[in-house]
Amino acid sequence: MAEDLTKRFGEFVAVDKVRFTVHEGEVFGFLGPNGAGKTTTMKMIQCVSPMTAGTLTVFGMAVSSHQREIKRLLGVAPQETNLDPDFTVRENLLVYSRYFDMPRTTAERIIDELLDFVQLRSKRDTVIEHLSSGMKRRLILARALINSPRLLILDEPTIGLDPQARHLIWDKIKSLQSQGITIVLTTHYLEEAARLCDRLVIMDTGRILVEGRPDELVRAYIGSEVVEAANEPEVIACLARNGASYEVFGDRVQIYTTNPREITYTLLKECKLGQLTARSATLEDVFLKLTGRKLRE
Amino acid sequence: MRTYFKVPAFSKRAWKVWLRNRDVFMKTYKVNFILPFLEPLLYLFALGFGLGRYIEVIEGMTYARFIAPALIAVAIMNSAFFECTYGSYVRMYYQKTFDAIIATPLSIEDVITGELLWGATRSLIHATIMLPVLAAFGLIELPSSLLIIPLSFLAGFLFACIGMCFTAITPNINSLSYPTYLFITPMFLFSGTFFPLTLLPKPIQYAALATLPLTHVVGITRALTLAAPSGFLLVSFAWILIVSLILFVLAVNLMKNRLIV
Repeated sequence: MAEDLTKRFGEFVAVDKVRFTVHEGEVFGFLGPNGAGKTTTMKMIQCVSPMTAGTLTVFGMAVSSHQREIKRLLGVAPQETNLDPDFTVRENLLVYSRYFDMPRTTAERIIDELLDFVQLRSKRDTVIEHLSSGMKRRLILARALINSPRLLILDEPTIGLDPQARHLIWDKIKSLQSQGITIVLTTHYLEEAARLCDRLVIMDTGRILVEGRPDELVRAYIGSEVVEAANEPEVIACLARNGASYEVFGDRVQIYTTNPREITYTLLKECKLGQLTARSATLEDVFLKLTGRKLRE
Repeated sequence: MRTYFKVPAFSKRAWKVWLRNRDVFMKTYKVNFILPFLEPLLYLFALGFGLGRYIEVIEGMTYARFIAPALIAVAIMNSAFFECTYGSYVRMYYQKTFDAIIATPLSIEDVITGELLWGATRSLIHATIMLPVLAAFGLIELPSSLLIIPLSFLAGFLFACIGMCFTAITPNINSLSYPTYLFITPMFLFSGTFFPLTLLPKPIQYAALATLPLTHVVGITRALTLAAPSGFLLVSFAWILIVSLILFVLAVNLMKNRLIV
């Protein structure tokens, strides 16, 4: 739970008075372009980056005063791979279990279970550099679970993975949620957010722009369907005449609607158009509408 | 707000970081134990028995006997210093090992303390391996030389802290060459290691004693290998202890300033 949470690096405001509450047992997403403040927010929740102002509590404990207690309840899968290259898969987990004061026999039992869970048992004695990137992400997930966390923080859990590996991670996340673990994740992939998150926020330049359920956000900001047409003056004039909700992106114009048939019919009849595409509205439309199409560096 | 001398709130969990480094070390224990065995032999043959042939007697002893304690002191310095500069920098920057550890109940203070204790342990291991080699050549007195084992941990801790301070402020790994060539190499040559400090002009002698930690370490190891104690040993011991404590506090604070943003 955060209120007016702020993080400044010198003059630069990375996170600007954000407010959010994550409920136990849900999957909560932080979306936003690069530099939106997602990872910084994650690091404040993890108690590794002190906040500048505001309040932030995890399970009722303030991050500024109960770091060890909070960290004991967290599992963290960072964006960057920081597995220990000097160790094998199993040794990585074993060394990590020591940081949580786990007795060796308990740790060994849990490690076997976790390796089964992330389907890495056959790789248990492989050194890290011989793992594929998908295996590394799975191992990082297993490592985050070693202390049976109540809250799991996943920073870009599927970045750079092929579709198979990504689906496997998604399955695991769903399965963890069904075990009652609260999950906070950040992602650039809007399909991933729409699929996994019960609720999410979209951040940009340190602020939260919207919060809600993915389907509700799509309905509220876009409608249920999108019709795309070529960006030509007649089309724009025609849309304006009909009072449609539309946006122009380069050589395309997107019309947001709940009734694509009618729009399509109108466009075809009145505006004499050649090419039209109708599709379901997605979270990506909401994202781009709210954060704009300007490229972020 | 940057602080430099806040007393670090480390805990006994630092031990877990020490264990992690020990586990990595033991994976390649053959290399780690055999090479330190060879090093004093090379120096002894080149300097002690080679160059030393032209030096009949130095300070009333053979040259090999004169440099034997210095070789141990240099090994103590190098083990801890390089462990906590290049070694720690690789773990911090390239492997992100520290980031992974502070996501657990360990704090950054625990991590740095564990790294420093490990650096000191590397010195202890290296010095301990050298003792039987030098003893086999009859170059060191026993049992007084055995006191070098605990000393190597304390002195190693000092050099670990020195290294960690540089690691905390270095902009990149190549810049660690500055302390190596401008501090460690001169210390290697001008700390009463290969010729007595007393050959240098008085002001330089005092400057060396004030600023070069190795002078004190060589002083103590030489007194122990020759079984010839003097009152100045206590001064050297106190110097090492006090400077270690100050640099320990500074190293942890500098690292915290670098990593916790």
